[in-house]
Amino acid sequence: MMDFGFSLSKSSTMDLGKVDDLRFEQLCRLEPGAGICIGCGSCSASCPAGRLSGMSVRKVLLALQRGRSAGEMLQCCMLCGKCTMVCPRGINTRNLILSICKIYD
Amino acid sequence: MTERFATGFHPFVLPFLAGMAFVLAVCAVKAAVVVGQLDKADRKKWLLSLIHPNLIIKNAVDIVLDCLIHVKLWKRNRILGLMHSSIAFGWFMIILLGHLEVLVYFPGKLATFYYPIFFDYFVEGGQHTVISKAMDAFLLLVIAGIALAVVKRFWSRLFGMKRTARPTLFNLLGLYSLWAIFPLRLVAEQCARAGNLTVAPWWAYSIALCTFMAVLPFTRYLHIPAEMLLITMRNAGVGITRPHKGMARVQADSCPNCGVCIDACPMNADTANLKNSTVYLTRQLRRGNEPRVREISDKCMLCGKCTSVCQVGVDGPKLRILARAARKYRITPDFSRISSDGYDTYWASGKILYFSGCMSQLTPNIGRSVESILRKSGVRYEWMDRDGGLCCGRPLHTAGRLKEAAALRKKNEEIIRKSGAHTLLVSCPICYREFSESYDLGSTKVAFYSEYFRKMMDKGLFTLEKGDTCYVYHDPCELGRGCGIYDSPRALIGKAAAIAEAPKNRAESVCCGGSLGSLSLDFEHREKITRASLENLYASKADAIATACPLCLATFARYADRPVKDLAQIIDEQIIM
Ligand code: SF4
Ligand code: SF4
Ligand code: SF4
Ligand code: SF4
Repeated sequence: MMDFGFSLSKSSTMDLGKVDDLRFEQLCRLEPGAGICIGCGSCSASCPAGRLSGMSVRKVLLALQRGRSAGEMLQCCMLCGKCTMVCPRGINTRNLILSICKIYD
Repeated sequence: MTERFATGFHPFVLPFLAGMAFVLAVCAVKAAVVVGQLDKADRKKWLLSLIHPNLIIKNAVDIVLDCLIHVKLWKRNRILGLMHSSIAFGWFMIILLGHLEVLVYFPGKLATFYYPIFFDYFVEGGQHTVISKAMDAFLLLVIAGIALAVVKRFWSRLFGMKRTARPTLFNLLGLYSLWAIFPLRLVAEQCARAGNLTVAPWWAYSIALCTFMAVLPFTRYLHIPAEMLLITMRNAGVGITRPHKGMARVQADSCPNCGVCIDACPMNADTANLKNSTVYLTRQLRRGNEPRVREISDKCMLCGKCTSVCQVGVDGPKLRILARAARKYRITPDFSRISSDGYDTYWASGKILYFSGCMSQLTPNIGRSVESILRKSGVRYEWMDRDGGLCCGRPLHTAGRLKEAAALRKKNEEIIRKSGAHTLLVSCPICYREFSESYDLGSTKVAFYSEYFRKMMDKGLFTLEKGDTCYVYHDPCELGRGCGIYDSPRALIGKAAAIAEAPKNRAESVCCGGSLGSLSLDFEHREKITRASLENLYASKADAIATACPLCLATFARYADRPVKDLAQIIDEQIIM
């Protein structure tokens, strides 16, 4: 590689090469709510799995949009539905979570 | 009485015989298949039950009461019961008496199978016996039933039914041939008795019978043989264990599409959900239409109302949970990281252990009130999930993630068993149902707070002062239909306040619409259901709504025009110190 005396540092938040738009679109078809999250974090605040695995619906959606895996967070979700109860956007987060578990690894 | 023909045969009996042979063969194969699909232990249980004297009697009584007289349907809808029982019972009696008639007068002809069906053609002067007179009466009864069926088909509102299931083409064929059988028999018999031996009506009668029997295995009329099998299996204690197979299949086949579950289903407050009622689930299960089975299964709130009104006992929620369990997921929950180490051994020894459930963290008043009641009554307790705990596992269970639910239960079991508590006090009906149905807690007893508080009140641990608010009590689905608890909350509220009843209450109670049972109902579509449920409660004219479930509380509070309170709050407010 040519050395120009400087280099591009890798983005720490987003790897565009790994973002899978098609899969996210598939997710939006299964649960349209995936596209309307405003990232308010109410779901994270109410989540009992948060302290076990860092689970947070908000973070899971961000991770998927940024091409990162969310499997580990999702593994502790107990489907208790509190996130659905508090979501100000009325997203059916349980269906969202189950849909993610169906189509993502 | 004499036989008209030495041969005792006419080709018009052939369609009937062919139809009969076909339907018997298909039903035998179908029965063999479902019996083969049962778990080994269940199959053994079922076979043994067939030779057990008590169960034989029970089976016979149940078959007469349910399949012929339709007792449960009578209780639900009298005119529908009248219609079904006149057709079923009348027809059964005609078949029975017809055979008796041949047995008494021409025993040698019983083996022809068709003699009892076409008796008046082959025999002259048969109409004067008592048996024949009785059969005529039963034939008129059946025709009256058919007349009712015709009315119901076109003006179902006269039967108090807002909506009925839409029949398919095959079902219509079955329906019309069934309607035709009896009037044709009447015409043919009357002609023959008047000495007119034209065979046209007999051919028509035989062909109608043949058509009906030929389509029977592919239509809802399959419920006639299937329900008999279902009754014997239910009495033998066979449960639903596999989606679509074995007992699940028998239940689906036993549904006569009566449509009673459509009006009962709370989801139908929103007409978009009409096709998600249990009647459509059984239909799609029979057809093997997987995409629709999935959709119907995911939509339902598992409130259990369809089961409580169903005359054949189709367990809609259970069928749906198993259909959900057949889904494949790529990410699977793993709770092995969770440990019970944070809890000391015997930390609640000799005390009661209170489990408020995770939903109650959104309705903190419930936990606070329970705590206050326990403190005021001097009961020693520990609060297991005061600072957040694990979910009881019911949501995973109802979502069909059965293994994962079991893993989560195991974690809770460890903590509870280790605590040494004598009683686990639960204030959420969703958790309570899971604890009482699926947990193994050893010597720790599970108690729902309404039952426990009622006992405490009866023992004099606290006294309630009657306030002047009038409450209407909403029966939560999981508590009422789910666990059969209806009286203790009412007894407590009755001591603390005036109490009114909603038009639809107890086993008829309307789901609040917040149920975790549904996977795919979204926020907007739930609103209509909640509002319909509230309308039912408002009809009681009470000033406030009482319930005993954190989810009902949170759901109602969103739209209610009057205060909504949990049972514990009401008790705590009215305790006299
Ligand atoms: S359903 Fe899952 S993500 Fe939502 S609050 Fe419960 S544990 Fe957390
Ligand atoms: S509560 Fe709803 S809108 Fe807020 S971050 Fe969570 S999913 Fe998004
Ligand atoms: S499920 Fe039960 S109530 Fe519903 S149509 Fe079938 S028999 Fe009738
Ligand atoms: S369980 Fe309740 S919501 Fe589901 S189909 Fe039956 S009545 Fe409707």
